[in-house]
Amino acid sequence: MKRRAFINKSAATTALVTLGGLSMQSFSSKTSTKITILHTNDVHSHIDPFGPNDGRNANKGGVARRASLIESIRTENPNTLLLDAGDIFQGTPYFNYYGGELEFKLMSMLKYDAATLGNHDFDNGIDGLYAQLPHAKFDFVSANYDFTNTVLDTHIKPYKIFKKDGIKIGVFGLGIDLDGLVIQTLYKETKYLNPIEIAQDMSRILKENEQCDLVICLSHLGYHYRHDDEKVSDLMVSRQTENIDLIIGGHTHTFLPKPTIEKNRSGKNVLVNQVGCYGLYLGRIDFFFDSDKNKAGKGTSIIV
Amino acid sequence: MTYFMNYKHFYFLIIINVLFGCRSESQLTRIEGSRLEINDSLNDVPAIENFVAPYREHVNSNLDSVISYAPKTYSKTDGELNTAIGNLLVEAVYEQGNPIFKSRTGNDIDVVLLNHGGIRSIISEGDITKRSVYKILPFENILVVVKLKGIIMHELIDYLIKAERANPIGGLKIKVDQEFNLLEATINGEAIEDDKSYYVVTYDYLYYGGGNMDEFLQKGDSLYVLDYKVRNALMDYFMKTDTINPVIDDRFIKVN
Repeated sequence: MKRRAFINKSAATTALVTLGGLSMQSFSSKTSTKITILHTNDVHSHIDPFGPNDGRNANKGGVARRASLIESIRTENPNTLLLDAGDIFQGTPYFNYYGGELEFKLMSMLKYDAATLGNHDFDNGIDGLYAQLPHAKFDFVSANYDFTNTVLDTHIKPYKIFKKDGIKIGVFGLGIDLDGLVIQTLYKETKYLNPIEIAQDMSRILKENEQCDLVICLSHLGYHYRHDDEKVSDLMVSRQTENIDLIIGGHTHTFLPKPTIEKNRSGKNVLVNQVGCYGLYLGRIDFFFDSDKNKAGKGTSIIV
Repeated sequence: MTYFMNYKHFYFLIIINVLFGCRSESQLTRIEGSRLEINDSLNDVPAIENFVAPYREHVNSNLDSVISYAPKTYSKTDGELNTAIGNLLVEAVYEQGNPIFKSRTGNDIDVVLLNHGGIRSIISEGDITKRSVYKILPFENILVVVKLKGIIMHELIDYLIKAERANPIGGLKIKVDQEFNLLEATINGEAIEDDKSYYVVTYDYLYYGGGNMDEFLQKGDSLYVLDYKVRNALMDYFMKTDTINPVIDDRFIKVN
């Protein structure tokens, strides 16, 4: 709904800027578009499924099974984005043996579109992460880590914009304060910037300057810290910013049975989701866009 | 759309949209969220499974390779203030870490300081495999050496006594009475001198605040990072040791 208000304000400007040169774009005959967002977080090198005797997660997880679920969803809706909210590394000997190479290669085979960085992705140092980047055929987004004085400089983008069937989707990344979680000799000169301020800037850039229809925050801040109200979390970001439609989180290994609906600082709905860890679940959010004018203006219904 | 704009604007917007395409007309009307479980009702994608298989075979055969032998089962709960498994870990850290430290600095390590909580599994009687080592030490801790003055060593000893548990130590001997009052503390058999410097090998995790040991470890003059994971040190130690035989001894004891 915020977007609609924005169209109103910017319509005159758009007309002035573009009346001169642009040729008419063709209308798509269909009147509605569905964008499917699939997501994982904190997979922690869990490539194989848990065995039948595992005390907690017997027969769950496994990258080859996740691949078939993703394939079938993509077949059903090609307008799908697959995202990961960090902590790809560390948790099984695959990481110790291959340093993350296998994780990145598999995520590339599954056609991940973007990921953000978790603290454990620095476990082999910033150099260890940099060394594995050639194996990732997808982009990493992080807006609040300043990598200027590190090998990652220019390799990590603050955000990425995807276009699916005419719908513009902006995805930006947020990372957790590495101080206290990772030894400084590993993350080196990486600077941590205030996530709330950065989120506000990023979402404004994506919504207003880039005119994205959807703004997604890929976060490794953690869902919520019950015993520390000061600690920046996904719920805090959702309440203290505007223009974000969906926050996909990680770090706290929070198993949300369904996305949380929060109100942002201008009273609009924001979805916050996280699917635990170890590739036990795949999160799915479908956004339905309609160009039928009769349906317009009726607001957005959220079914979770 | 009347929700926010008046009639005039409405027509204006339609005209713009006719001219410039319909993208900006798309309205978000509905959002649906769901959580999908990954379980054995899903089929594997063969290409993925085939890709992983050689990696898995290599990792598993390597993890299952036997690197030493345990004549009995060792647990960190066997022993009050020092344990056989802890003493074994100390031995491995010293044996493997000291040559590296000496080659870099010309000095020998005086004291080994590890933590009881860091031992995450027992050593079971029978073959010791690389997999066992990952279970004992799942964390990526790196060996570091801190240069501490004797006066700070007393803080370290106070910490160990107050903890009343079998934090693994080496080079250092502590004797306490039944009320945990210090009776005697020596380093390499000699009394501790306040102004003398001692080289203490530990984990980076502990140096940086794990177990609250940073209170004294950070008071050191120098830090030497050995770039050697403690797990690899234990693995390398096992590989050159046919049969382990660690024992509980008198390095940290309570006497009457």
